[in-house]
Amino acid sequence: MSAPLRTAPNRTAAAPLPPSTTEAGVRRRRRPRGWAWVAPALLLLGAFVYLPLLQNLQYSVMKWDIYAGGSSFVGLANYEKLVGDPVFWRALFNNSAYAAVSLLCQVFGALLLPALVEGLRSERWRRALRAIYFVPSAISLTVAGLLFYFVYEPELGILNALLRGVGLDSLTQAWLGQEGTAIWAVIAMSQWQGFGYSTLLFAIAIQRIPQDLFDAASLDGVGPIRRFFQVTVPLTREMTGLMIIVTLSGAFQVFNEVMVMTSGGPNNSSQVLVTWLYRMGFGRNDFGYAAAIATVIFVLTLGIALLQLAITRKRRVEW
Amino acid sequence: MVSRTTVLGVVLRTFVASFLLALAVVVIYPLLWMVLNGFKTNSELFGNPFALPVQFTWENYAKAWNRGVSSYLMTSILVTVTSTIATVFISAWAAYGLTRMHIPFSRTVLALILGGLMLAPAVALIPLVKMFQALGLYNTFWALLILYVAFRIPFTTFLIRAYMVDLPLEIDEAAAVDGAGKARAFWSIVLPMCKPILVSSVILNVLFTWNEYLFAMVFTSGGDLQTLPIGLTNLMSKHGTEYPVVFAGMTIAAVPVILLFFLTQKYFVKGLADGVGK
Repeated sequence: MSAPLRTAPNRTAAAPLPPSTTEAGVRRRRRPRGWAWVAPALLLLGAFVYLPLLQNLQYSVMKWDIYAGGSSFVGLANYEKLVGDPVFWRALFNNSAYAAVSLLCQVFGALLLPALVEGLRSERWRRALRAIYFVPSAISLTVAGLLFYFVYEPELGILNALLRGVGLDSLTQAWLGQEGTAIWAVIAMSQWQGFGYSTLLFAIAIQRIPQDLFDAASLDGVGPIRRFFQVTVPLTREMTGLMIIVTLSGAFQVFNEVMVMTSGGPNNSSQVLVTWLYRMGFGRNDFGYAAAIATVIFVLTLGIALLQLAITRKRRVEW
Repeated sequence: MVSRTTVLGVVLRTFVASFLLALAVVVIYPLLWMVLNGFKTNSELFGNPFALPVQFTWENYAKAWNRGVSSYLMTSILVTVTSTIATVFISAWAAYGLTRMHIPFSRTVLALILGGLMLAPAVALIPLVKMFQALGLYNTFWALLILYVAFRIPFTTFLIRAYMVDLPLEIDEAAAVDGAGKARAFWSIVLPMCKPILVSSVILNVLFTWNEYLFAMVFTSGGDLQTLPIGLTNLMSKHGTEYPVVFAGMTIAAVPVILLFFLTQKYFVKGLADGVGK
C-alpha cells in the first residue's frame, strides 16, 4: 500500500455548510445522516485494520501453547528473544539494504531519468520510453519475481548466458543459491520492477514546472546539468520528499518477491522482516514471536510516516 | 563553424540517448524472453537461451490454461471486480460525508480514515488470521473481499476527497434549491462530476488487487480459491519440470494488466498526478 501521505489529515476537510443551512435545527436533523455516509468506511477500518493492530500488540506479550490450545502472558519475553535472534538482525539488515538501494535507484535515479528523457528531441521517442519504462510496474511482483528466478537460473538463465557471451565466465554463478548474492539479486530485480513507477511520478512533477523557468535559465546561458540542479531538483522537492517516505516505508514491508524467489534462503540469508514473521507465525505457530516482529514493522513504518507528517506540516507553516 | 561546445553537446546527447535506449532494452528483453519461452519445448529452453522458438504453437499456453490458470484468472477477475466496486463506492460515500456534511468530530473521523494509509498490512496479519478463522471466513472469497476493501479505503478516500474538496459547493446548493435531497445530490450531481478521479481510483485499485500477494497467500492458499499470483507459484511447484508451461502461465497473468495500462494510460497518469502530485 504505497500511499501518498502528503495531505496532513488535519487539513480542514469538510467545507463548512453553506450559511443558509447551518441553523441549529437543520444541523441537528442532519447529524445522523452525516454519520451514515462515513459509517461503512469507519466500521470496516475499525474492525479489520485498527482492531487487529491493537490485538497484535496484545499477542506480542503472549505465548501460545499449540498442543494445549491456550495462551499465557509472558511479558517482554518475545521481544527479548527478538534481540537475541541473529536471523531477525539479518532481516533488519536486508530491509535496510533494500531501503538504501531503492532510495538510490527509485528516488534519485528516477528523478534524473525523466529529466534525461525530456532532453530528447523526438516527442515520439519520449512518449515511447516513458511507456516502456513503466511496463514492469504494471506486471505483478509475483510474475516479475518468477521471471527473474529464471533470469538468474544458472543453467537456462539469460544473466549467466550473457556473461559467458561477453567472456566473463568467471562471474557466472548461482545468483539466488548463494548466501552472499541472494538478497542482492532480489533487490536488483525489485529495482527493475519498480523504477518505472517512480520515474512516471517524477515525470509528472517535472512537467508541472512552468516551462518559462527552463527557458529563462537557458537564456541566462545555464547548461542542462546546472539547469537540472538549479531548476528541476528544487522544484520537485515535494515529490522527492514524498517518494523518499513511500520508498522507505515500502522497503520495510517487502515480502512478495523474496517469498517467490528465495523464500528467505539459502540458510536464512535473504530473510526480511515480513518473511521471517510469516515463517515464525505460520511455519512454527509461534504467534507471539511473530506478533513481536510485526510490532517492530509497525514502529518502523509508523515512525517513517509521522516523520513525513511532521515535515509536511512544518513546510505548510513556512508557506 | 562548429564550436567546441556543440561537439561536446552532440557527444553528450548521443551518450544519453544510448543510455536510455540500453535501459529500455534491459526492461523489455526479459519480458520478451518470457513470452517467447512460453512457445518453446523443454529441451529448447535448456539450449541457447537467446534462440527463438523453433515453431510457434499454443500448446504450452493451452496446457497452462487447463492446469488451473483459467480458474485462477476467473478468481482474480471476480475478486478484482467486486473489491474495486465496493472500495470505490464506500470511499466516495466517505469522501462526500467528509466534504459536504456536518459530522461531529469530523477531524477525528478524517484522521482515522486517512491514518490507515500509514499502517502496514503485515502488522495486522496474525490477528486477522485468528479473526477470520473464528468467523469461519478463512480460505473463502469473503476474506479477500473484506480485506482488500478495508485496506484500500484510506488511499481511495484520500484521492476522491481531494477531488471533491475542489468542487464548488454551489452545485450542491443548486441541487438543494431544486428540492433534491443529499442522496440525490450525491448520485446525480456530485458523483458524475467526480468521474475523472473515479476512473483513476478504479485503475489503481484494479492494479493493486490483481497483483496483491500477502493476503491472497495467507487467506486462500489452503482452499480451492486462488488468485493468479498464488496460482502461478503453485503452477511452478507442481509442474516445476515443465518450465515452458510456467512461462506461458506468467504471460497469461501479465498480459491483461499491461493491456489495461496501455489502454488507460491517459487516465492512469492523470490519476497519479491528481492523487499524488497535488
